[in-house]
Amino acid sequence: MSETTLGGITGRLPKFIRRADPAVLTAFACIVLLLFLGSLYSRSFLSPEYLLQQLKVASFLGVIATGMMLVILLGQIDLSVPWSVAAGAMMACAAAAYGPVGVALAIPFGIFCGVLIGIVNGIGVAYLRIPSMIITLATNAVAQGLMVVYTGGFSPQDSATGAMRYLATGFAIPGVPNSVIIWALIGAAMVFVLTRTGFGRAVYGIGNRERAAYLSGIDTRRVVMIAFAVSGGLSAFGGVLLAGYASKAAQSMGDAYLLPSIAAVVLGGTSILGGRGSYLGTVAGVILITLLQSILSVMQMPEAGRQIIYGVVIVAMLLLYGRAPASR
Amino acid sequence: MKDWRYWLAEQRGTLLALGIFIVMFVIYTSNHPAGFTANVVQTAANKGVLLAFVAMAQTLVVITAGIDLSVGMIFLLTNCLASWLVVGTPTQTALGVVAVLAIGLLCGAINGAIVIYGRLQPIVATIATGAVYYGIGLLLRPFPGGSVNEDLADALTGRVFSVVPASLVVLLAIVLVIWVPFSRSVLGRAAYAAGSSETAAYMSGVPIRRGKFAAYTLAGLLASIGGLFLTFFTYTGEAAYASGNSYTLFSIAAVVLGGVSLFGGKGSAIGAIFGALAFRTIGDLLFVFDFDPLWQPLFQGVILLVAVSLGAFALFRVRNRLEWFL
Repeated sequence: MSETTLGGITGRLPKFIRRADPAVLTAFACIVLLLFLGSLYSRSFLSPEYLLQQLKVASFLGVIATGMMLVILLGQIDLSVPWSVAAGAMMACAAAAYGPVGVALAIPFGIFCGVLIGIVNGIGVAYLRIPSMIITLATNAVAQGLMVVYTGGFSPQDSATGAMRYLATGFAIPGVPNSVIIWALIGAAMVFVLTRTGFGRAVYGIGNRERAAYLSGIDTRRVVMIAFAVSGGLSAFGGVLLAGYASKAAQSMGDAYLLPSIAAVVLGGTSILGGRGSYLGTVAGVILITLLQSILSVMQMPEAGRQIIYGVVIVAMLLLYGRAPASR
Repeated sequence: MKDWRYWLAEQRGTLLALGIFIVMFVIYTSNHPAGFTANVVQTAANKGVLLAFVAMAQTLVVITAGIDLSVGMIFLLTNCLASWLVVGTPTQTALGVVAVLAIGLLCGAINGAIVIYGRLQPIVATIATGAVYYGIGLLLRPFPGGSVNEDLADALTGRVFSVVPASLVVLLAIVLVIWVPFSRSVLGRAAYAAGSSETAAYMSGVPIRRGKFAAYTLAGLLASIGGLFLTFFTYTGEAAYASGNSYTLFSIAAVVLGGVSLFGGKGSAIGAIFGALAFRTIGDLLFVFDFDPLWQPLFQGVILLVAVSLGAFALFRVRNRLEWFL
């Protein structure tokens, strides 16, 4: 692409638009387009209640995608999301069955289980140098096996605690769902870590070239390990919130979050090869995916059609701006 | 190095997988209440070849240093399709089989085109196409059902000369017709070269794009053969998300057990076949030892975890720490 002619055009635009990533702009443009198409279909699409409801649904995916983004920035991937989500939800609900102490510790315990899964992933990727795709698939299978043994193959009967329900469905500030506040807090923390701390610099450095990061004195293995632990913990926290939303855990509740979380991060302009991407893009990706899902379900599209449109949209958008450079 | 020692070094992974399989199978049959009979072998073979076909498909892509996370979904899609098409008179059945295989080939070609000519990362691209294939499968079979030409199904899942399982014969034929010619052709060499070092292969004028495209396309074909066989065993088509996912997962496990390097350029589909048979036998060991079937997913997961961790032993051979970071 010729930088000079492009520079001539963009030179006249305000600074914040010039500096923005084209992928993030495309994602936001697609959100506006989807809202426009939706409003043609039904007038209530632009009502504040509906939009707030969408934001609430998006916040669960947002929490999970935050962890996924951290891992993808490293140039790795976390395919253990489905059963990290389910394990977090099931273990939190299970802890709630053990009296008042269990109820108090339910949320931390659920997150702790996710962190454990993440640590196993981290050890495999960082210290044993197993490709992340493979080790996370394996830990996903092990987590599934553990949960199947624990629940006996049925959906567990324990229900979510009051605190979990409050976090997922309550309103601490009138008009703003708690889950949206939680997503905002986690997102703000992630932005701070990524842009203002040495850890964040190290994440981007490792994503660009791990050798160079290692040679410049970063303990790359520790950073990778922590990133996977955080990803596991956030997946499990997403599961805890989902369990609070549905007031109980279910066997395959996490299956619906693997593809959307990867898609949200990648559609938001984060390079799947690592080292490049902004949290704003991930926010755009999450909202985009949620709106797409919502529109498809409003149009009463069956599951099959949703899967097809999903896959096609992701491939199409990646072909628009996610392509690797031409060889050599 | 002498010829036979070179051959041994090259085939080490395959031979190891063969060894594991034989040991596991001996343990399995010696503890099986019926013992080593033609029936036991037939059942084991029929279950094993399904995974073997999917694992062969995965091998072709892994050799090019890629990964195909949609093999399980192509397998499901072709299963659903076969439950509609492979019925009726012999001519109709034959046409149906050809159509199913052609769709498998097309799915593989779409993957290949997106990954190679679209220059997308194989992980994300094949997860997305996998969702599409699953969606189409679900459109074809919203509920489990359908039927298949039972004469053909019984012939291919029965026994030849009442001893040898027919499915093993078909597997052997597929290896001879698809894998052996491919791995010896220019395209096959190109696929290996692309996996081992894409830059070097490109510089030496190897047709890497065509080689990789052929690998992805043939992977679709092999997965669809697996899908056909699933239909022959079950007589129905079913779009079960969990089943497609677990076949994808197990195919990776089988490939790793079979000595195929996930970094590409090393290994063979024959190793992956033994890996698949070994993986299935290990899973079935639980039944002959009377474990609760609930433990099976955990057991298979742990085997997978251990199998992939074995690759870490290569770290002990690293002399320079920089080699950690490929």
